[in-house]
Amino acid sequence: MPSLDDLKKRIKSVKSTQKITKAMKMVAAAKLRKAQESAEKGRPYSQKMQNIILNLTKSINDPTNAPKLLVGTGQDKTYLCIVLTADRGLCGGFNSNICKLAKNNFNKILNDGKNLKIICVGTKGLDQIKRGYGKYIIKKFSFKEKKKISFAEAEIIGKEILDLFSQNQFDKCLLFYNNFKNVITQIPQVQQLIPAETNSVNNKENEVNSYEFEPDEDEILEDLLPKNISTQIFKAFLENAASEQGSRMTAMDNATRNAGELVDKLTINYNRSRQASITKELIEIISGAESL
Amino acid sequence: MSEKFLLEIISPDNSILKSEIEEAIIPAYEGQIGILKDHIPLITFLRPGIIDIKEDKKETKFYVEDGVVEFSDNKLLILSSTVEDLKLLDQQKINFMIESSKKELKNEAINDKLKYFLSYKINTLNEIKN
Repeated sequence: MPSLDDLKKRIKSVKSTQKITKAMKMVAAAKLRKAQESAEKGRPYSQKMQNIILNLTKSINDPTNAPKLLVGTGQDKTYLCIVLTADRGLCGGFNSNICKLAKNNFNKILNDGKNLKIICVGTKGLDQIKRGYGKYIIKKFSFKEKKKISFAEAEIIGKEILDLFSQNQFDKCLLFYNNFKNVITQIPQVQQLIPAETNSVNNKENEVNSYEFEPDEDEILEDLLPKNISTQIFKAFLENAASEQGSRMTAMDNATRNAGELVDKLTINYNRSRQASITKELIEIISGAESL
Repeated sequence: MSEKFLLEIISPDNSILKSEIEEAIIPAYEGQIGILKDHIPLITFLRPGIIDIKEDKKETKFYVEDGVVEFSDNKLLILSSTVEDLKLLDQQKINFMIESSKKELKNEAINDKLKYFLSYKINTLNEIKN
């Protein structure tokens, strides 16, 4: 049985932790609104971009001459995995969920006897992946200093990927990030960047169109595909940012609630043992008086 | 001439404009294109220039540097990361953009495509300035 003093200290420390988690929840909620807004605003751009590429792909007659970014190198040997995580912790399962999904995929790739290369974006994911897959990491990025991630950052990473691709460093490129569904649900996702995914998008409305191109398809595709990669990365960034805040908000909300429960429990304990000690003293006094 | 079609201008972080318009003139890669209702489906690039939108006798202008344009089913879609409303561009910003492009143009190492791009950019900006 801990002493009264111990209990008092314990209650105080839990209460101050509760204050911190409450404040963090509030900050996360404020940031979430902004992040959610920009994630939702960013969605149409990447979607429409994908649609245009889809339409272009359909009108390509000669797949052997198509840009490699679209059809791939024809090989399936080396995988480049880009793992997007947060730079800060204390956001529930956010980072571990992405890493878990990524690690599952890493294992699959390695078990198939293929080469693996990893680019880590965000320090938290790096820490987790470094432990098991440190030797595969070829590059790491962190935008910790940036308050808000803009298109320029996505372009930096996009350029890096394209450089590696033009040097034939890899055949397939996968992107791992959290898709923001709502505040409570974020779904870790894997998206294939290179070769571009062309069959996953629903193509109901675009079936009939035959387009006029200016300049011709190949030239457009050659210019558009690199841009699409930056766009998709940027979308992933936005989704990730919103997911991070949402995840942190729920995590901190839970923490605050748990702290409250703990304080209640400790207070009852404290009162009980205080009462017990008073009773004990009383008994001592009474029995002392009786013996006189 | 009152037949309208839908125009959407979208940048990576925002939807800039969505409205029913009568005519749009866009600076496509191989020259300016005017688009009216029932234009045939089209996909093209933008070079630096001015998007000119006519809507109920009102005229709106945007400055763009690059982007993709898709027209289908009477929907005109402009995707660009560099759209600016002309009204929001002030002299100082234009001058700064001209200077930095000129500096870049002096660099011998750049390829023809970029040179073409930059010279168009400077021309357009000068036009706006006057």
